[in-house]
Amino acid sequence: MKILTSIFLFFIGFSFSFSQQEPEPNLQESILKGEEIYSDFCVTCHRKKGKGFASVFPPLAKSDYLLNNRTESIKAIVYGLQGEIIVNGKAYNNTMPSQGLEPEEVADVMNYILNTWGNTSNKMVTPEEVSSLIK
Amino acid sequence: MKKSVFYFWLFVVMHNLSIGQPITNKVSEPKSKLFTAMLLVDEIDIPWGVAFMPNGNLLITDKKGELILFRDNKKQKIANVPTVYNRGQGGLLDVALHPNYKENGWIYFSYSSSKGEEKGGHTAILRAKLKDTSLIEKEVLYKATPNTTKGQHFGSRIVFDKEGYLYFSIGERGERDINPQDLYRDGGKIYRLHDDGTIPKDNPFVDEKNAKTAIYSYGHRNPQGLTIHPNTKEIWSHEHGPKGGDEINIIKKGGNYGWPIITYGLNYSGTKISNKTKMKGMEQPLYYWTPSIAPSGMTFVTSDKYPEWKGNLLVGSLKYQYLERLVLKNNNVIYREKILSNLGRVRAVKQAPDGYIYVAVEGKGIYKLNPK
Repeated sequence: MKILTSIFLFFIGFSFSFSQQEPEPNLQESILKGEEIYSDFCVTCHRKKGKGFASVFPPLAKSDYLLNNRTESIKAIVYGLQGEIIVNGKAYNNTMPSQGLEPEEVADVMNYILNTWGNTSNKMVTPEEVSSLIK
Repeated sequence: MKKSVFYFWLFVVMHNLSIGQPITNKVSEPKSKLFTAMLLVDEIDIPWGVAFMPNGNLLITDKKGELILFRDNKKQKIANVPTVYNRGQGGLLDVALHPNYKENGWIYFSYSSSKGEEKGGHTAILRAKLKDTSLIEKEVLYKATPNTTKGQHFGSRIVFDKEGYLYFSIGERGERDINPQDLYRDGGKIYRLHDDGTIPKDNPFVDEKNAKTAIYSYGHRNPQGLTIHPNTKEIWSHEHGPKGGDEINIIKKGGNYGWPIITYGLNYSGTKISNKTKMKGMEQPLYYWTPSIAPSGMTFVTSDKYPEWKGNLLVGSLKYQYLERLVLKNNNVIYREKILSNLGRVRAVKQAPDGYIYVAVEGKGIYKLNPK
């Protein structure tokens, strides 16, 4: 019995770790679409590798602001962002315009930036979540 | 061995001379500060364009779709502005007065518009008059087609030449392989119209069947600087290139500026777009910026208020957040200088009829440069 339980636990643990490594298919699909949105709307300032630029455009790769401020980040894409923010200990004070994206596109690009360049997020952004933040 | 090194050196030197671009792309700090920057109009998100009215008032576009009249040191929001397709780089973009504004009252606007059958938007040109605090008599003079949901490259600078022709730019809308080289499609072009929107009979492609006959030059990526040279009266333009390929061009009637067949830039990822930087039948830039500065807005300094700058070209940099002063000699850039460093992204620069330079900075507003 003990052996059976440990085998069972092993498989549970295995499938759990497996699911963490391989994003679910619809997340994968959203990330792919998000990559396209990124190269259309975001890449000019935040750059291909998400590193941003100098003290002008903040990084998205390994950005504590992005990873710790999910709601604010979604709102920044929807409404734009102005004034000072601190990203990885550095101050950025600039104007990001509203991009005019649909909730689904915001979700896709969020999923892309939350799961690229070493960033990871264990909760997928959905269009419903984005819509719920729009007044 | 030494000989081969010498020949290599000679080759490099000759090569650099032959493409007419200085070997270094140095941009200098100013030796002395000749002005103070006064924030004249504050708190504007993205001041995209600015026009100066004969009574001293300013008209300022804010990208998000607002038009602001600045008079008696107060901002007044203008009603009945065109509805903009607010997506990506689109919005309410440039504003310019008719050269005979005093007599006819026409004001010209560029903006992204979703008018038309397809989903998305494209650049439109509209004229209207200002009555009290509202726009009236709105007329759409040009609307590029087809709409697209892409967020990039609306172009949109407007300028009038001395003969009263209306010129404006439309970028390639993120379709570099489809639009810029195709005379039957909008985008990646500089256009010329009469002030009422009709097409001049001597436009370069009027005899080309089914071509967009408003086209004046083509093969552009995203021109957001357009001005008239004070002496030669030629149209000068600059455009956002890809990575390391921003250009200054003198616009010739019917000219092909090469995008994306020839370019000095690379994709944002660093991969090549083209192996060619020049080709027969395509115009060479007067200058190209490597690295890119993301140029927006441009003006020549002609007034006596800044004697040290007379004849220089001023260009805004969105990427490096400064105003660039370029000294020219025989149509070569011989010196570059950063001014107004770190105020913010410089979106537009103009010399007003009063002779002063005004600079539009994102997140701030309109600065006036007061000479010391």
